[in-house]
Amino acid sequence: MISLPFIAVVVLIAFGLATVLFRKNMIKIVMGVSVIGSGVNLLLVSLGYRESAIAPIFTSAETTLMVLPTPQALTLTSIVISMAVTALMLALAVQIYRHYGSLSTEKRRLKE
Amino acid sequence: MSILLHAPALLIAIPLLAAFASVFLNRIGKKALSAWVVFALLATEAIAVLLLLDVMSGARHVYSLGASVPGIVSSTGFPVRIVLVGDALSAMVVFVAITIALLAGIFSTKFIEEGKEKFYSLFLLLTAGMAGLSLTGDFFTMFVFLEMLSISSAGLIAFFREGTSFEAAFKYMVVSSIGILFLLFGVGLLYGKYGFLNIAAVASMAAMQFSFIDGVALALISAALLLKSGAVPAHLWKPDVYQKAPAPVVAVLLTSGLVGVYLLFRILFMIVPGAGISQAVGSLIAGIGLVSIFVGVTMALKQESLRRLMGYAAVAETGYILLAIGTALSVASFASVFSMNALMGGIFHIINDAIDLGFLFLAIGAVSYVAKTDNLSEIKGLAHKAPGLSVIFLIGLLAISGMPPLNGFASKLMIFESLYFFSPLLSIVALLGSMAMLAIFVKVFASIFLGPAFKGTVRKLPRRMAFVLLCFVLTMILIGFFPGLVVDLLVEPAAAALTSSCSYIGGIL
Amino acid sequence: MNKGMAPRESEGMTPIIKTVALALAVPITVFGLYIIAHGHLTPGGGFPGGAVIATLVALFLIAFGKDIGARALNKKMFSGLETVGLVGFALLAFLGLGSSFFNNFLANSPGLFGMAIPFGPNPGFMWTAGTIPLMNLAIGLEVFAALSLIIILFFTEGEDK
Repeated sequence: MISLPFIAVVVLIAFGLATVLFRKNMIKIVMGVSVIGSGVNLLLVSLGYRESAIAPIFTSAETTLMVLPTPQALTLTSIVISMAVTALMLALAVQIYRHYGSLSTEKRRLKE
Repeated sequence: MSILLHAPALLIAIPLLAAFASVFLNRIGKKALSAWVVFALLATEAIAVLLLLDVMSGARHVYSLGASVPGIVSSTGFPVRIVLVGDALSAMVVFVAITIALLAGIFSTKFIEEGKEKFYSLFLLLTAGMAGLSLTGDFFTMFVFLEMLSISSAGLIAFFREGTSFEAAFKYMVVSSIGILFLLFGVGLLYGKYGFLNIAAVASMAAMQFSFIDGVALALISAALLLKSGAVPAHLWKPDVYQKAPAPVVAVLLTSGLVGVYLLFRILFMIVPGAGISQAVGSLIAGIGLVSIFVGVTMALKQESLRRLMGYAAVAETGYILLAIGTALSVASFASVFSMNALMGGIFHIINDAIDLGFLFLAIGAVSYVAKTDNLSEIKGLAHKAPGLSVIFLIGLLAISGMPPLNGFASKLMIFESLYFFSPLLSIVALLGSMAMLAIFVKVFASIFLGPAFKGTVRKLPRRMAFVLLCFVLTMILIGFFPGLVVDLLVEPAAAALTSSCSYIGGIL
Repeated sequence: MNKGMAPRESEGMTPIIKTVALALAVPITVFGLYIIAHGHLTPGGGFPGGAVIATLVALFLIAFGKDIGARALNKKMFSGLETVGLVGFALLAFLGLGSSFFNNFLANSPGLFGMAIPFGPNPGFMWTAGTIPLMNLAIGLEVFAALSLIIILFFTEGEDK
C-alpha cells in the first residue's frame, strides 16, 4: 500500500532534481539540493512511522507503543549534515558572485 | 594487545582529534602545528601498519563502537551498534589511504604557505573520512563518512581562493551531495525492508529474499559510489577539480576515489546473489570501466592544460580497476585462476594507481613550487635548471603508463593477461589505452622539461618535498622489481577477503 | 574585521527593536540551555539547543546592524569555543577507550549522571545517561559557536576571511 508520505517523497525529489537540472542560478541549485535532501529525510521518517504511537522516549504517557527510533536518529544526522552542505554551497556561491559578478552557471570559466 | 584491539577506532579517532585540536596548535605557532599534524599522521600510519600485519593471515577485526567489549557485536543475533570491520582488504585500503595522506601531509608542510590551520583541519578531516569509509561495516556511517569526505574536500579544493577554484568546488559539491543523497535513499530502502543498517546483516538477509527493492537500492548506492570514484557517466567533475585543487589535496582526493571503488566492490560482492544477477552487474561495471578507459584517454589527448589532462588520465586509471574487478565479478566463480587473477590485478592496481597518480600530482606541485607559477603552460625546459626533479618525474610517468620494470606494469600485466582469457578484445583495448597514455605522457614530459632552458628564476626544492618524492619513487621501483612479494603479502589475502563474503557475514553476526 | 570600507555604518533598526532584542537575549539563551540540558530526556539535544542560542547572534546582527554587531561579536572567540566543543566531544569519546571508543563509562556508576534509567513510563530523571549529557553540552557549544560564525561571516559577506 502506498501512503501519502511516500508520494510526497517522490514529488519532493522530482522537484529538487528538476530544479538542479534546469535552473541556471546557483542559489536555486542549492535550493534544489536541499529539497532533495528534505525528500530523503521524509522517506526515512515515514519508514519508521507507526500508527498512534508516541515518540520513542519513556515519558508519563500511558501507551508504550513507539515509533522506530533509528530512522529518527538517521534523519537528525542527515539534517545536521545537510545544514553544513547548504552553508558551504551558499558560501561558495557568494565567493563566485564576488569574483564574477554573476550567479549564472551558463558561463563556464574553467577551460575545457 | 590494547592498541591493536582498538586499532579500527583509533584510525578514525586520531585524525579527527588532531583536526579539532589543530586550531589550538596554531595559536602556539606554525612549527608546532606542522609537527602536530605530521605526528598525528605518523601515529595513524603506525596503527594502520599494526592492523595490516595482524590481518594479513586472514584474521578479522570487528569493533563495535561504545560496547563494553569491543569485539562482540550482538548477543542476540541482532547487530545493534555501529560496527567497524578491519579485514585483509579494508586494512590494505586504509593502509594505502593513510600512507598517501601522510606523505601528502609532509609535502604540504612546505607547499602550503598561508592559512595552514584551516588547511590542516580540513586535510585531517579528509583523512579521517577516508579511514572511516574503508573500515565501516554499516550503511549509515558510510553516508556520514562520505559527507565528511566531500565537505572537507570541497573546502580544500577551493583553498587557493581563486574564482575558478570556487567554481570547481561548487560543481564538486553539487554532484557529490546529490549522489550521496541518492545513496541515503538507497540505504533508507534497505532499512525499510530489513530493519538493519549493518552491511553484513543486510547481506545475509538479502541473499535469501533479493527483490526489486534491493535492486533499486543497490543501483542507487553503486551509482553514488561510482560517482565518487569518477567513472564515466559521472566523470565530468574530476578534471575540473584536479585542475584547480592544491597538488597535495589532489593526491589525497584521488585516493579517496579509490576508497569509493573499494566500497563499491565490497558491497557488490556481499549483496549481489545468484550467478545471473552478478553476471549482469559485473558486465555492466566492466563496461563502465572500458568506456572510462576510452573516454579518459581520448579526452586526455586533446587537453591543453596539464592538470586537466591528468584528471582525464585518472578517469582512465579508475577504468582499469573497474574493468578488472567487474570482469571477475561477472564470472562469479573464483575457482578459475583467471578470474582470481583479474580480481588480484584490480586490487593491486588500486595500490599502484594511488602511488603513481599521487606521486605525479605531488611532482606537479613540486614543479610549480620550483618555478613559482601555477600556470604550467608557461614552464618549458625545466630539465636544465632542475635535473633531479625531471628524472623522478620521468620515472613517475613511465610507471603510470605501465612500463616495465615499474609498479604500474606489474598490475597492468596481471589485468591484461587475465582479461585475454575472457575476451581478447577487452585486453587489446586496455592495452591500446595504456599505450596511448604513454604517448600522452611523453608529450607532457617534453613540454615541461625539454627544450631551451627555462628563463625564469628557480627556487630550490625543499628537502622535505624531495624526501617525499623520493619515497614514492623508491616504492615504485621496489614494487616493480618484487611484485610477487606485494601480491603474496597484501593482494592475495585482500582478494580472499573480498570473495569470502560468507565468512565476513559469519564473523560479524 | 571592519575595514571601514563601507561609506556609512549601518545603524541597525529602531531603538524599540534593539531593546526587545536585548530583552529577548535572556529567554532565548535559557531556552537553548534547557534544550541542551534535557537532550537525553526529551527530543532535542546539542544541535537544536546550540542552533537556538545561535539565533540570538542573527537577531543582534539584524537589530544593531552588521557593522556594530560584527565588531561586538569576536570571531576569534567563536572559533576558540568551537574548538573547545569539538575537542571536548572527542576526548569524552576517547575516555571510553577503557572498554571501547565512545563507551558510556559514566552510565550506571556512582559518578556524574550515573543514575540507572528506570524502565517503563516515567517522568524522566536528570541524573541519568552517563556521558550523553556531557557530549550534548560539548555539541551544543560547538554548534552555537559554528553557526554563529557562519551567520557572522554571511552577514559580513566573508570579508577578511
